[in-house]
Amino acid sequence: MDQKRLEETAKKHVPNQHKGKNALIAFMSGGIMGLIGQALVTFYTQVCSMDEKTALSMMVVTVIIVTALSTGLGVYDKLAQICGAGLFIPISGFANSLTSSALEGKSEGLIYGIGTNMFKLAGSVLTYGIVSAFFFGALRFLFFGG
Amino acid sequence: MVTFQNVYVNARAAVAGPQEAKGPLKDLFDKTYDDPYCNEKSFEKAEQAMVYDACDMALRKQNLHLSDMDVIIGGDLINQLTSSHYFARDTHVPFIGMYGACATSSLVIGQAAIWVEHHLATRAMAFTSSHVATAERQFRYPNEYGVQKKETTTSTVTGAGALVVSHQKSNVRIAAFTPGKIVDWNHSDANDMGMAMAPAAYDTLTRHLKESQTSIEDYDMIVTGDLSKIGFSFLMDLLYQEGYDAHNRLHDCGLMIYNTSEQDVFCGGSGCACSMCVSMASLLTKLEQGEANRIMVIATGALLSPVAIQQKDSIPCIAHAIVYERSEQS
Repeated sequence: MDQKRLEETAKKHVPNQHKGKNALIAFMSGGIMGLIGQALVTFYTQVCSMDEKTALSMMVVTVIIVTALSTGLGVYDKLAQICGAGLFIPISGFANSLTSSALEGKSEGLIYGIGTNMFKLAGSVLTYGIVSAFFFGALRFLFFGG
Repeated sequence: MVTFQNVYVNARAAVAGPQEAKGPLKDLFDKTYDDPYCNEKSFEKAEQAMVYDACDMALRKQNLHLSDMDVIIGGDLINQLTSSHYFARDTHVPFIGMYGACATSSLVIGQAAIWVEHHLATRAMAFTSSHVATAERQFRYPNEYGVQKKETTTSTVTGAGALVVSHQKSNVRIAAFTPGKIVDWNHSDANDMGMAMAPAAYDTLTRHLKESQTSIEDYDMIVTGDLSKIGFSFLMDLLYQEGYDAHNRLHDCGLMIYNTSEQDVFCGGSGCACSMCVSMASLLTKLEQGEANRIMVIATGALLSPVAIQQKDSIPCIAHAIVYERSEQS
């Protein structure tokens, strides 16, 4: 059977991607994540009397802890399947990639298992985060003097 | 195509994990587990425990011991065939490990049949296993990683199956084995392996029919391994275009093991254990009970390597066919 006919036949069986629906759910769930974040900041500043900078850091830490816990309990991946980018793009996605990789490495011990594997997925985010920070920092220094 | 005159299935067993235990074949498995760890410390050890249980149960059904086997042939999906080799280290019986991705089941059964047919072994045992967590870890992402999976993805079956073949007559015999050719049509989406494998299944099926001078009507059921919804409809279309009418005889193990409309399994089941468990638990029972006389199982395998996929290479696929027949002399 020739390649061209296989490709043409295959095209007929590709299912709909539901891109619009996924984007809408991601938009809504991402928005809810933002709302939760803002509610946490308000809570920390108003109720716990923290200054805004500390409250922001505390909010990030809270999201990371909740994500790590829900990853360990096996809830996060089910939510992420529904929410997609809504959970993947915020700090929760980063926290989940660390926790899930660490959990996966648990059976091989602390050093070669958890230690080596923890940044397996987050590594590329860190690498390109640092590389882009270097270039943008250099550009800012060159054009705006620091 | 290799044909056999004198190879009978004497004993068989299939064990399955928690997700499979909720599927339509739940009552047909010899043992099911509530816990994906199968009371072991890691998923890898759980898979070995399933292989042990499947082989042990198959042997017990005929009051056989491992030492009665002249050769054991097995395979799984993990690097270095970990589950198979670590099981085999305790058996002290000549062992052959084989890899054919999800097509391993037909490969090991065909190989065992060749050993018995040619009197190289009096009795041979064949087994395969797969576990969703070990396969996800090796081929995709960590199990708890929250990435949105595509609709075309399949779920690896957690389970293991084993069978014992010999000259000793029984109700079910192995009639033929057609090893597959590698078919690569430049499909490179590792999240849509059903589509990738369908042309391989098509090639093996049509080649087998031609070589054996049989037609689709000569088989009560033709069951593909793990094409899933998309690959299965693709195969049907390919057959239809060539003038084959197969719609009421063609089935897919990946669609039989789960209730795809109710269970959260995307497009259906996959993995070495998929075709093995469905064959052992359901298909061979149909032959034994006289509900069918001749069944062909075409186990399909996507021989991808995660490294090759990242290097933008395509997925070579293979499909091996085994024909089981009901034998009246028992």
